[in-house]
Amino acid sequence: MKLVRLATLTCLSCLLALIIGCSQQPVQQKAGEKAAPAKTSQLDTILKRGVIKVGFDTFKPWAMKNKNGEYIGFEIDVAKKLAEDMGVQVEFVPTKWSGIIPALLTGKFDIIIGGMSITPQRNLKVNFSIPYEFSGMSVVASKKLAGGRTMASEFNNPATTVAVRLGTTAAEVTKNFLPKAKILFFDEESQTIQELLNERVHAVVASNPLPMNLAKEYPDQLFLPFKEDFTREPISFAVKKGDPDFLNWLNNWVLYTSSKGWLQNRYEYWFYTNEWENQIQ
Amino acid sequence: MPIDQIVKPPSPSRIPASVLIDTAKYIAVMAAVAILLSIGTQRLGYNWQWYRIPQYLGQFTDEGFRWGLLMQGLGVTFQITSISLLLMLMIGLGTALMRMTNSWAARGVARCYMEIIRNTPLLIQIFFIYFVLAPILGVSGFWSAIIALSLFEGAYASEIFRAGITSINKGQWEAAKSLGMSSAPMYRHIILPQAIRRVLPPLTSQAVSLIKDSALVSTVAILDLTQQGRMIDAETFLTFEIWFTVAAIYLVITLILSGIVRILEQRFSI
Repeated sequence: MKLVRLATLTCLSCLLALIIGCSQQPVQQKAGEKAAPAKTSQLDTILKRGVIKVGFDTFKPWAMKNKNGEYIGFEIDVAKKLAEDMGVQVEFVPTKWSGIIPALLTGKFDIIIGGMSITPQRNLKVNFSIPYEFSGMSVVASKKLAGGRTMASEFNNPATTVAVRLGTTAAEVTKNFLPKAKILFFDEESQTIQELLNERVHAVVASNPLPMNLAKEYPDQLFLPFKEDFTREPISFAVKKGDPDFLNWLNNWVLYTSSKGWLQNRYEYWFYTNEWENQIQ
Repeated sequence: MPIDQIVKPPSPSRIPASVLIDTAKYIAVMAAVAILLSIGTQRLGYNWQWYRIPQYLGQFTDEGFRWGLLMQGLGVTFQITSISLLLMLMIGLGTALMRMTNSWAARGVARCYMEIIRNTPLLIQIFFIYFVLAPILGVSGFWSAIIALSLFEGAYASEIFRAGITSINKGQWEAAKSLGMSSAPMYRHIILPQAIRRVLPPLTSQAVSLIKDSALVSTVAILDLTQQGRMIDAETFLTFEIWFTVAAIYLVITLILSGIVRILEQRFSI
């Protein structure tokens, strides 16, 4: 009797899985129909709501908290300016970087403004605007463990451990750049830095200016093994697929704001000056 | 006598109506879940790509069969949980016995350990051991994860053991004492064999908890099942497919464990 029950239950579960599996076929087609340009643009939704919801994660100096607990940084300035030009309020939705694209796809916010670089893999899931800035990857290494190394080949061996933040392009770049090294993936930038200072990893790969600032902050422990950034990555706004109107508006906003020199000015301020340091310490 | 006049007794193998009704209810609930799921995903406009998942479980290459990334992660999860399980039992039993001794120091230490561990989050403990203690002691990431897990689960296991030991009838203790047994053989031959049988079911649920809690070690860059899932997710954005698959793998593992324990219980039934 028990066996019969077990068998029946197994059959039913398999049937259920089959039903779900089959029900997904038409879903895809319907989603395809939905993506027709006839539907209302996210742009109208935002204007009606009067608020643009922006997804981001904290990366110094792209976005960080100041002493009063408010968000400041390059991306925050960009988001505020964009909302102002659109004539709406801005609402910030801090999201873990590793889950930021799924959060956009499930409608937790309208747009990602968080220093996201364009990658083909990401582009399969979201649409990117034209780039509004470029950032470079760099390496910061521990003097004690990796002192005197100045060549990529010296880091590219199984004895070398590198810490990166999960879901960032640093993770992908490191896989391509140092394929033989052992890579540890963490959720937060602060954890990778802690690992480096604890002398448990040889190096951290991250977007500049973080490696540069770290080497300045801890000159006795850390150093920059390479003179140049080894990538130059285009940074763009990411929005859901199937919305040409919103994308068009964003592209032209980037062109317009660049022509005024505003973007360059903000970039210089956040990346090449320390005037904002006293706001966070 | 013509055949149609024979009245057959009802066959004993006929399924009673109540079972049929129950089955119908079950199917209805499951169908409702399936419909909700499909409506939800339709509304999201999520693009399902299940066909990209099998390569992460395993694939046939020219060199033969190769386990996929998720299965490699499962191997690490097995290593961590099996070692932690042994340590959990040792720590749990040790703490339980310490709490029942006459020495106030041993009782105090055991009590302190248990209260601190049970009243702080596991995630914080893992971070503390990995980022603070491990560099000082020079322990690798893998072992700091195991230490954190076994300390955490051991605190709960100790209470289970203590409950089992104190539930043994007073007559058993007295009988052992009257035979002139000292406490070590008394525990070994009389008390613990009976207590272990009683605590097997709650210990099983603790072991299942251990397997599920081991997912938290992914936060300190251990390449276990969850961390592999997160890494694949970060690269391919197959969020729903990956997490459903990972959850299913955990479910299968814990069900197998519960099944084994059930067989054991029937073997050693009291």
